[in-house]
Amino acid sequence: MACEHATMSTVTLPLDVGRSRLRATQEPTWVRRTLIGVALAFLTLFLFVPLISVFYEALRKGVGVYFASIVEPDALSAIKLTLISAAIAVPLNVLFGIAAAWAIAKFEFRGKNLLITLIDLPFSVSPVVSGLIYVLIFGLQGWLGPWLAEHDLKVIFAVPGIVMATIFVTFPFVARELIPLMQAQGSEEEEAAAVLGASGWQIFSRVTLPNIKWGLLYGAILCNARAMGEFGAVSVVSGHIRGSTNTMPLHVEILYNEYNFAAAFAVASLLALLALVTLVLKSVVGDRAATDKEQDTKP
Amino acid sequence: MVTTFKRHSVLPGFNLALGFTLLYLCLIVLIPLSAAFIKTATLSWPQFWATVTTPRVVASYRLTFGASLAAALLNALFGLLVAWVLVRYRFPGKQIIDALVDLPFALPTAVAGIALTALYAGNGWIGRWFEPFGIKIAFTPLGVFVALTFIGLPFVVRTIQPVLEDVECELEEAAATLGASRLQTFARVILPTIFPALVTGFALAFARAVGEYGSVIFIAGNMPMISEITPLLIITKLEQYDYVGATALAVVMLVISFVLLLIINGLQWWSRRREDGL
Repeated sequence: MACEHATMSTVTLPLDVGRSRLRATQEPTWVRRTLIGVALAFLTLFLFVPLISVFYEALRKGVGVYFASIVEPDALSAIKLTLISAAIAVPLNVLFGIAAAWAIAKFEFRGKNLLITLIDLPFSVSPVVSGLIYVLIFGLQGWLGPWLAEHDLKVIFAVPGIVMATIFVTFPFVARELIPLMQAQGSEEEEAAAVLGASGWQIFSRVTLPNIKWGLLYGAILCNARAMGEFGAVSVVSGHIRGSTNTMPLHVEILYNEYNFAAAFAVASLLALLALVTLVLKSVVGDRAATDKEQDTKP
Repeated sequence: MVTTFKRHSVLPGFNLALGFTLLYLCLIVLIPLSAAFIKTATLSWPQFWATVTTPRVVASYRLTFGASLAAALLNALFGLLVAWVLVRYRFPGKQIIDALVDLPFALPTAVAGIALTALYAGNGWIGRWFEPFGIKIAFTPLGVFVALTFIGLPFVVRTIQPVLEDVECELEEAAATLGASRLQTFARVILPTIFPALVTGFALAFARAVGEYGSVIFIAGNMPMISEITPLLIITKLEQYDYVGATALAVVMLVISFVLLLIINGLQWWSRRREDGL
């Protein structure tokens, strides 16, 4: 796009005016069409067809079966648990993201790059390993296992373990969105507020928050999508107890393994809808966040 | 110490923000991760080595890394193409397609897993076209490759896109006026500029694929020695209450992902420097 625009504003003569009206920095039409065609074919095969097939399989046995699978008690309890764990994990990681970004973007201190790398760490850990490490600490044979058993507390194969594993896998989302945004915005505005006598909370709520709100929301949306959809890590710590420690993705797995495909795809279609809503919000909010960043980096 | 830990600032809240950050980081990430290494330290080196190199485990490494590499390569090729088409050309529905590229990030892996399995099984929409030729995709290593391609798809596109948008038109014009064909311009001017981003995207897709679990287990068939990935072996060992064995494998995976993380950080630094230099 950028290139097209530039060619139009500067005077570039086509190399061969007689034969074609092709600009020197453009490909022939047939090349362009072929490339678009191949790219779309690839995306159709690997993205669009799988997405459509989720809804097709979900509705194949009729709308009655579809809704029956969703309002069945085990499905409802899975939906509830998914909402609960996201409702705990997302706010905690938002709080952490703000604190980490404030420390990293507004101050200069030693070891900052190491800290940024450590914050990104959960992204590079396999989901299965993310679940396993909590079993090693809270499991019956784990570090705190005997103590927990003595006090009749259950973390692994119970809701607290699921919540912790969810927090781990969604840990970096908000922080990694806010850190570059706040670094780009600098701290002149906050410093001006501080010199004028604003308190820490006033500086944050009246100066910083309005500047970062879209970026914050963007990070929270991504965090939420992963929190609700996490499978591997949660699968290790859940114990798969129907109606009590099953989240929606785990419920999908159980139904699928029981060859109850229509019900599995019905619950899966809810998660697919969540993914689509996430993508819509993401592109709306993402555009606003990008504008914020550009405006603020301009001198 | 000649330099102080922190440079002076008029802004408040440093101690609170950094203190909370470090506490939360330790509790959620660092202490649990260290548990894996401490648990493994109960094994002697020969015991550890024997656990992580049994034939079944080695077969799982071969599948995990082989399929991840193949999927990341396919994604590098098509990711570059998709990024190019999205940045350079105009066509109807472009914005929607651009947004949908992130679908594998947003779609829960279990959903992707069952959808791909239904499609690529012998009677599925896609699988049935291969069945007459005796090619089975679902429940074979080929299925693992398909699932890993799906989940790695956005990485290459999203790392190349911003760099491609910034490629300066003047360079391409200069190449054209000097008599380069479009293909030469691409190979000698554009490709070197976006190459670090391409390699970074490839590494990100590869790293993600190596640890992937949810989308793979449905389509893999999970036959020992043939279509069993390493993360699944960890689960299998856990279910047999072999905590030490599971943790030893987890440590291998962790070390590999840390090395990949270091490589990716280096690549990103290279990419940024290349961009700034232009």
